[in-house]
Amino acid sequence: MDEFSRLSLHIPEPAVRPGDQPDFSTVKIPKAGSVPRPEVDVEPETIRDLAYSIIRVLNREGEAVGPWAGLLSDEELLTGLRHMMMLRAFDARMLMAQRQGKTSFYMQHLGEEAVSCAFRRALRKGDMNFPTYRQAGLLIADDYPMVEMMNQIFSNENDPCHGRQLPVMYTSKEHGFFTISGNLATQYVQAVGWAMASAIKNDTRIAAGWIGDGSTAESDFHSSLVFASTYKAPVILNIVNNQWAISTFQGIARGGSGTFAARGLGFGIPALRVDGNDYLAVYAVARWAAERARRNLGPTLIEYVTYRVGAHSTSDDPSAYRPKTESEAWPLGDPVLRLKKHLIVRGAWSEERHAQAEAEIMDQVIQAQKEAESHGTLHAGGRPSVRDIFEGVYAEMPPHIRRQRQKAGY
Amino acid sequence: MARMTMIEAVRSAMDVSMGRDEDVVVFGEDVGYFGGVFRCTQGLQAKYGKTRCFDAPISESGIVGTAIGMAAYGLKPCVEIQFADYMYPAYDQLTQEAARIRYRSNGDFTCPIVVRMPTGGGIFGGQTHSQSPEALFTHVCGLKVIVPSNPYDAKGLLISAIEDPDPVMFLEPKRLYNGPFDGHHERPVTPWSKHALGDVPEGHYSIPIGKAEIRRKGSAVTVIAYGTMVHVALAAVEETGIDAEVIDLRSLLPLDLETIVQSVTKTGRCVVVHEATLTSGFGGELVALVQEHCFYHLEAPVVRVTGWDTPYPHAQEWDYFPGPARVGRALTEAMEA
Repeated sequence: MDEFSRLSLHIPEPAVRPGDQPDFSTVKIPKAGSVPRPEVDVEPETIRDLAYSIIRVLNREGEAVGPWAGLLSDEELLTGLRHMMMLRAFDARMLMAQRQGKTSFYMQHLGEEAVSCAFRRALRKGDMNFPTYRQAGLLIADDYPMVEMMNQIFSNENDPCHGRQLPVMYTSKEHGFFTISGNLATQYVQAVGWAMASAIKNDTRIAAGWIGDGSTAESDFHSSLVFASTYKAPVILNIVNNQWAISTFQGIARGGSGTFAARGLGFGIPALRVDGNDYLAVYAVARWAAERARRNLGPTLIEYVTYRVGAHSTSDDPSAYRPKTESEAWPLGDPVLRLKKHLIVRGAWSEERHAQAEAEIMDQVIQAQKEAESHGTLHAGGRPSVRDIFEGVYAEMPPHIRRQRQKAGY
Repeated sequence: MARMTMIEAVRSAMDVSMGRDEDVVVFGEDVGYFGGVFRCTQGLQAKYGKTRCFDAPISESGIVGTAIGMAAYGLKPCVEIQFADYMYPAYDQLTQEAARIRYRSNGDFTCPIVVRMPTGGGIFGGQTHSQSPEALFTHVCGLKVIVPSNPYDAKGLLISAIEDPDPVMFLEPKRLYNGPFDGHHERPVTPWSKHALGDVPEGHYSIPIGKAEIRRKGSAVTVIAYGTMVHVALAAVEETGIDAEVIDLRSLLPLDLETIVQSVTKTGRCVVVHEATLTSGFGGELVALVQEHCFYHLEAPVVRVTGWDTPYPHAQEWDYFPGPARVGRALTEAMEA
């Protein structure tokens, strides 16, 4: 008899499936304010714990507590609340527009609004984000016109991308928002390259890369960390862990490593985990990482612990793979409600003003939508030209594409 | 004028470009301190500093991915993939990112990068140091693809590539680095110093991308070739005594269709030669174009001479490589049809 029995393959499974009771008892949530705030020039070796904890500022009572609190004024927090509410209203209208056939596809942010909205406020004009498709808050919090976003979603005659790119794959160099690709992880390493370029040119601007929990499994994630670590690039490497990669729970990408943030430790990159549903915590950690980058101290890896409340996209139905009530059981709550509560506790906000703001914001979004729709939607009204298929493949159109354009009748 | 090998010409192109434009940066595996395994970047780090010419980790997707980010910032990266055979990890970055950034963002962002890579066989490099993957690039809209055949063109075209506003794949036939190898592996190679196209201006000049060059005028049959096969074809023409016109494409994408059509219309016969494998190779595209544009002038079927549809073998290198004897037989076949 051999001392070894036959092998078997381990396939990770989430704790619960549809029909089961949601259970997040394994998600360890430290008390707000309990995680220390190191100096930005700290030796990464000495803060390895931060890759396994969760930095939180807002407590259950809605108070901002601990060493990461105290960075934002009432006015800045009210602006932040407005951005998140705008993003939520925008999502609601665009989801509906997709169901009405005005666009082919949409991806919402429900539950994740704080991540991109707060992060943008920690950057400066001229910095560059390399986003995924779930960071539209970067545009909204930088006052990019909502109408332009809708023109892109509707692929209409005013679409900045001239109908060539999938809905929500925005681009705006002016607003520090690199053209979204739509395939995963490729842009993470480009952010590192952009940051290296800024350092080569002795510039002051920094870059930020974005990736989801699932896409950290791509080899480009590894390349990104190698390059960022080797050249000490002034880049913030963001991982948005919203628990789900379409239908795949985060354990499939994470494996046995404990957390996604911990992936940075082997590269000597400071790695922080933060409550992604806490606007104040996201802002504080992003500011810390931005300061490190600006002081030429190199990259920082941040894992935002959040929850994708909605479907992956309009082509997805999460009730097929997770309990319907799971989002209600998510222990980190709702980012909009948490900031609202905090502002009320601060005496800077009220239920009445919130309800009024909600109505005003929805009205703004509807007005923007009316304007965008006056320039067309996917199947009706103004649309990009067929010529646009052929333009812009190269700076100068080569003869073979010109012949094809003529063949198409344009 | 100076006498240069193709290595020196490529190096001179980067040197001149880095001297003229501070935004040009050069990096890749072994590229910095050592100057590249083929020595193409030798001396550039010493001359321009460590932040403009440096060593990269062994990560082709990282090299091309960071180059794309640098280009988005406003630099003009010219990166080296050590062998074309190592390109595959970067293929995602090249096809889905570099090639499409201008298009999908409607010019909001662009991607002026150059990716240099030694290509082709003839050095006993086996499966992983001999491949010719040009068709994998010509199939990607948004990329430009260049394969020079001599030092003069290599320098002028590389300068054009670096100055080009779009991503350019620059494939350097490694067997041509030191001389115009014509496939006669049993003979010593003539060095570039004894070849007219080894005469290279030391300063700045450029050759437009998308223009072919006729290397030999003739009236009996047109040979379309690029890279190493240009010299093989010229040898085959000399040995068979057939009055062939030999076109060196230089740029595969964009392609100089006009020169091809003019020549084949005149000769009525055509042989297409490349070192890469046959099936779905770039030769298939060339034959299709000749058929579309010259059908009523053709007097014989178009013949292809290529590497076999197998991986590049090691010991049997010279039975795989489409040398002058095979090209000569194809010329005779085209003439006798």
